Amino acid sequence: MNPLEPARAEPGPAFAVTLDGREIAALPGQTVATALWAAGVTSWRTTRGEGRPRGIFCGIGVCFDCLVTVNDRPNQRACLIPVRPGDAIRTQEGTGHEH
Amino acid sequence: MSTDLAVIGAGPAGLAASLAASARGVRVTLIDAGEQAGGQFYRQPAAGLGARRPQELHHQWRTWERLRDGLAASSVRHLTDHHVWCVEQPQARQAGFTVHALRGPLQEEPATVRADAVLLATGGYEKVLPFPGWTLPGVVTAGGAQAMLKGGLVVAGRTAVVAGTGPLLLPVATGLAAAGVEVAALVESAGPRGFVRHLPALAAKLPEAAGYAARLLRNRVPVMAGHTVVEAHGDDHLEAATVAALDPGGRVRPGTHRRIPCDTLAVGHGMLPHTDLAEALGCRLDGVNVHVDDEQRTDVPGVWAAGESTGIGGAALALAEGHIAGRSIAARLRGTAPDPRAWAAADRSRTRLRDFFAAVDSVCAPPTHWTEQVTDDTVVCRCEEVRAGAVREAVDELGAGDLRTVKLLTRAGMGWCQGRVCGPAVAGLAGCDPTPARRPFARPVPLGVLARAGHPTGTDHLTEADHPTEEGPS
Amino acid sequence: MAGAACALYAARAGLDVTVVDRGPVAGGTTGAGEGNLLVSDKEPGPELELALLSNRLWADLAEDVGEAIEYEAKGGVVVASSEHGLAALTDLVAAQRAAGVVAEQVPADRLHDLEPHLAPGLAGGVHYPQDSQVMPTLAAAHILRASGARLLTGRTVTEVLRTADGAVRGVRTGHGDIHAPAVVNAAGTWGGEVAALAGVSLPVLPRRGFVLVTEPLPRRVRHKVYAADYVADVASDSAALQTSPVVEGTAAGPVLIGASRERVGFDRSFSLPVVRALAAGAVRLFPFLEEVRAMRTYAGFRPYMPDHLPAIGPDPRVPGLLHACGHEGAGIGLATGTGRLIAQVLGGKAPELDLAPFRPDRFEEEAA
Repeated sequence: MNPLEPARAEPGPAFAVTLDGREIAALPGQTVATALWAAGVTSWRTTRGEGRPRGIFCGIGVCFDCLVTVNDRPNQRACLIPVRPGDAIRTQEGTGHEH
Repeated sequence: MSTDLAVIGAGPAGLAASLAASARGVRVTLIDAGEQAGGQFYRQPAAGLGARRPQELHHQWRTWERLRDGLAASSVRHLTDHHVWCVEQPQARQAGFTVHALRGPLQEEPATVRADAVLLATGGYEKVLPFPGWTLPGVVTAGGAQAMLKGGLVVAGRTAVVAGTGPLLLPVATGLAAAGVEVAALVESAGPRGFVRHLPALAAKLPEAAGYAARLLRNRVPVMAGHTVVEAHGDDHLEAATVAALDPGGRVRPGTHRRIPCDTLAVGHGMLPHTDLAEALGCRLDGVNVHVDDEQRTDVPGVWAAGESTGIGGAALALAEGHIAGRSIAARLRGTAPDPRAWAAADRSRTRLRDFFAAVDSVCAPPTHWTEQVTDDTVVCRCEEVRAGAVREAVDELGAGDLRTVKLLTRAGMGWCQGRVCGPAVAGLAGCDPTPARRPFARPVPLGVLARAGHPTGTDHLTEADHPTEEGPS
Repeated sequence: MAGAACALYAARAGLDVTVVDRGPVAGGTTGAGEGNLLVSDKEPGPELELALLSNRLWADLAEDVGEAIEYEAKGGVVVASSEHGLAALTDLVAAQRAAGVVAEQVPADRLHDLEPHLAPGLAGGVHYPQDSQVMPTLAAAHILRASGARLLTGRTVTEVLRTADGAVRGVRTGHGDIHAPAVVNAAGTWGGEVAALAGVSLPVLPRRGFVLVTEPLPRRVRHKVYAADYVADVASDSAALQTSPVVEGTAAGPVLIGASRERVGFDRSFSLPVVRALAAGAVRLFPFLEEVRAMRTYAGFRPYMPDHLPAIGPDPRVPGLLHACGHEGAGIGLATGTGRLIAQVLGGKAPELDLAPFRPDRFEEEAA
């Protein structure tokens, strides 16, 4: 079951964003993190020391594990920022400032 | 902009205080990071998702409706998407405070609010103790799973284990089950004995607990009391969790390990208060909580605190504390002493709920010997990737005996989250008190914003007298 | 840090050493510093001589523990924003060179070869290749460990024990007495209190400084970079707030931003006006920092003495008492030389620098 169902959610029409160039569908009202989770993606950053994958941990903006680069702006917390049509989301590596 | 009262945080405490104060003629500005009021407990699905029955994922919905409708009908000015990074008391000789916030999802636009009084209703966040594998994608905090579900109507996977300790685990397990996730186990480290011992204090919430129990049963969620997660497995993402039984002394029982395949592990070991703003203002803390008196006043004149920041106690306690704070502020801003009899009912709930959570705290403690499961190569500080072995070396060989020195020697707590996540873990490994770190910035602030903070630009209405840089020695 | 260095060189000289601290390792000013090992900010004189000696000793130590303490001989770059400032800087450089400092003038159009992200429009600068950096807490901890000294943390010295004829015979702590014929006061900003326990006055005062720490970045600031007016601020006697931008990258990623100076006692409370000035100064030097986020800030207390020179050496007023404190903002850098000189005195050798300018009782004479 999809949690949209028990809440009887009727979101607006889906729109496209990209993750590392690959197109995924997102819904109005989603954050970058919820859009990625809904698309089955659970990690979108590698750590600056050991290059390990990370994604959502605390989900409320405290832990900074879900940092991601959106539209060339690094170190955005995926759990806080709303996803917008056409967003170019990029898996973030290192400090996010290397590119 | 300026106001009589700035309330920071639009969860139950902040809402109750705003309504109580504004009903008594106080001009209130309610400042909150969310796009909608509600805080964590009443986190609402984003408007764009068009949820018509969000209450399906909530409880105590009627209370929320009262708060929501009360806010809409009130004169409270509600600033959404304002992320407060500092509350400044410009000079001791001046009355009033300046609340510095960052606006918008990118948190780059500065905004300031001047206020005669401040209520800190900054809430709390979840404490998670480390175990091998806890940095794998798929391992989330119990509250995080809840937030993604309530706010984003999304779940990460198909099979979840909910583990740790504390009252949050029940709604998380039932919520995930209601959303269609197979909850393979609810793993609570507290054993049944503790509950019996504290039954008198816990009895108040028995009907609520019974409701959860029924839902767990209906969803066939196996409950493993007196158990703990010892390891999460996987290479790039979570594939399974190993759980084991605890002996009465809080040690893992040999031979009881069981591996449970799962793609989500929602884990939590209780809650911690957000106290950064209070500390930067110089408010006294009791342990990790902001110290308040019977009126919810901190020891800094003009600063009140309510809700989780004064001690973890849940939404109902936050409502009672917020209500009392709002009435106290209304009286004190008029220069009168409030009559506590006016809030006798809220006072009674406050007493009852504090007792209740004291009992919960003594029952729902992490396993006494949890550090034994933390291998030297387990990452403890997730931001800076500091392993337990490095923390132990700092203590055993380099002369550290407190959180700050461990941080300086290992970088544990120096990363993006500033030790909010690893603090309790490092304290446990180092065998010291989990003293809160000083964090004058409650969140990261762009240097360009900082360089102009307090200068009269945009929404600012500060006078020249607010620039102590230009003053001589006093 | 000063205590750790004294312990190291004294132990190397064959002495049995016990280090006592009321807090943890590096719990005072050491843990709040940036770890500067600078020759660039010193005018010719006894402090510069001590800095040059210390600089050589740090390089020696780095061969053993350099990596563990994040030793980096990255060099300093001092920039002047005006022709007037550049002229003053040029005079200083000439005098420093005569005293043995390596310094290269850098014309305005070559500054960006050294620091590509510097603001445009600067008048010129000077490159000081000897300036170095360590992570101060790691340095203190590893040097203490290397010394082999007995380390007693969490013990407050409550009394300096004296013999009938007034000589030092140890210290009393909350956990018992420690007997020793020599006691070195390396209590930094709190050195005046320890001196008072021995019945002598030592005018060490706190001079507060804030440091700003940014999010981790790739190496964009290569040297320690600061504005020429920093030297004047360091030497100033004013109690009022002074800030001059000091910006440097670290091995771990974050950029550190200083430096503020104000005499406000031991007031640890956060001051937004001070860190605002630090941020503004840093953004003026490195405009790219405008959008970089500050993650934290903290305050420390430099041990300030009225003539800006530390107290190093035996105290003629109390036989057996030595001082190694009052280094103001240069305590990490000057620690190694200080430790070496103290060890030489303890070992009965002639110290390799003249200790007269550092005499602990020098202020008493002035007062008299």
